[in-house]
Amino acid sequence: MKKKTSTRQKSEFLWGWIFILPTMIGLAVLNFYPMIATVKQSFYKTGDFGKGNIYVGLENYNRVFGDTEVWQSLLNTVKYAVIEVPFSIIFALLLAVLLNKKLKGRDTFRTIFFLPMVVAPAAIAMVWKWLYNSNFGLINNVFHVNVKWISDPNLAIFSIAIIGIWSALGYNLVLFLAGLQEVPRDYYEAASLDGANGWAQLMHITVPLISPTIFFVLVTRVIGAMQVFDLIYMMIDLNNPAWKKTESLVFLFYKYSFDQSKKGYGATVVVVLLVVIMILTVIQLIGQKKWVHYE
Amino acid sequence: MKKTISNVLIYIVLILVSIIMLVPFAWMFLTAFKTTAETMQVDPFVIVPSVWQTQNFANVIQAMDFVRLYANTLAMVALRILFAVLTSTLAGYAFARLHFKGKNLMFTLVLVQMMIPVQIYVIPQYVMVSKMHLTNTVMGLVFPGLVSAFGTFLLRQAYMQLPRDLEEAAILDGCNIPQTFLYIMAPLTKSAMVALGIFTAVFAYKDLMWPMIVCPDNRATTLASALAKMNGQYQQKYPELMMAALISCVPMIIIYVIFQKQFIEGIATSGGKL
Repeated sequence: MKKKTSTRQKSEFLWGWIFILPTMIGLAVLNFYPMIATVKQSFYKTGDFGKGNIYVGLENYNRVFGDTEVWQSLLNTVKYAVIEVPFSIIFALLLAVLLNKKLKGRDTFRTIFFLPMVVAPAAIAMVWKWLYNSNFGLINNVFHVNVKWISDPNLAIFSIAIIGIWSALGYNLVLFLAGLQEVPRDYYEAASLDGANGWAQLMHITVPLISPTIFFVLVTRVIGAMQVFDLIYMMIDLNNPAWKKTESLVFLFYKYSFDQSKKGYGATVVVVLLVVIMILTVIQLIGQKKWVHYE
Repeated sequence: MKKTISNVLIYIVLILVSIIMLVPFAWMFLTAFKTTAETMQVDPFVIVPSVWQTQNFANVIQAMDFVRLYANTLAMVALRILFAVLTSTLAGYAFARLHFKGKNLMFTLVLVQMMIPVQIYVIPQYVMVSKMHLTNTVMGLVFPGLVSAFGTFLLRQAYMQLPRDLEEAAILDGCNIPQTFLYIMAPLTKSAMVALGIFTAVFAYKDLMWPMIVCPDNRATTLASALAKMNGQYQQKYPELMMAALISCVPMIIIYVIFQKQFIEGIATSGGKL
């Protein structure tokens, strides 16, 4: 009998490693090696006229800290996230609560709200750029206003954040709906009997009970928003006066690494992004103790 | 009575939001069939094209080889799904059900990968692709998606939820580990595999930066990246731009509407990073 368990153990060891090997080799080659290589690259600079890499120590980092364009793009990214994340979460949560009732056409609404998730942001950005067009766009002409949605440097990043909200709404909603199914209906019935109105029920029953889902959505959305690229790349051309006030960190990373072939400086920018995201995630992990209730 | 009023209010809100969600698509569609002159006309503002310019379709098809773009995109998506589902199923099973030394450390590495922004991998991945002479090829597009940490995590969750006795019965019947996995366990995680497949497809189809970097050639690239290029070239020709956007998203929307249940549940169960 003892021998049998040990052959089983041996075979679990053997097959366990065989099964995970493709994934682990893939992750090593595609992710862990590149991560180290990027960090290493951030200490090098690309020489002129295609001369390979030159070690420059912390020079790139010194430059990043003095580079107003990097700081401005960090500010732009944060502005985008500060609008996109809370509003896409709040709107999605309210809609999820409405859709959680037994309503006719519930699935149709859900299908419509989720629609932007299956369309490439490249196409979405093109349409919104056209909707926002200050002379001939639908928005300005229907509401008879003359707003420079994407060429006013003070406004453009917020206009782009609105597209972000529009795009992320359905995704958040679907996750919230899944979370809401776990909330027992009798909680609401009891609360109604006690005279709690809809708002009180939302704040005292729904939000605390699905707080783990809200937290999950919050963390993933912050990470996603800090990486905003597609919308900005598609919306803002080089001759747009709002250019400097809309560039995001990932945009800058792309510009340096691939447009200008300054891979060393691009790598430095992306390492800064990684650090910023890690700090934001840790803050949220600490902060969750105050408001997230796990059962 | 009070209930009816509140239901009416709910419907008003839901319909308003639906309009906001649908108007951009409607506007894309209407613009795609207008003349450029109509799009530049403000007084009166043109909502519906006076004559539906099907010519726009022909123009755009001529300017951009959509058949080719679709073939590239489809090939990339199909191969990524194949690789991700295959490797993640194997690894997910091992992480959930087998006991072996080094498992926890390896799984921690999987989780670490999931938490790191993908841009950190892009430069070295690109260098590797260009050293292997895979730029402007489908394999270059597929390259970062050969394995999936997220898929491994998702499939592990699926295997964890299966009852233990199934496996024990299989072992008593004399199945070895690969047999148990292949004949008993793997077929039970079909819905997780479908979820991963959908997730992989949506993510790959929407991605813009990677195809722009590895496949700058218009004949080798994906829909998203070709749209970006066209966006830069066509500037004010909105009917053509909207037609191109329409051609590149209508098939996806049709597939979504047909399989909406799988899509939405797939995303809801896979949650994750999108």
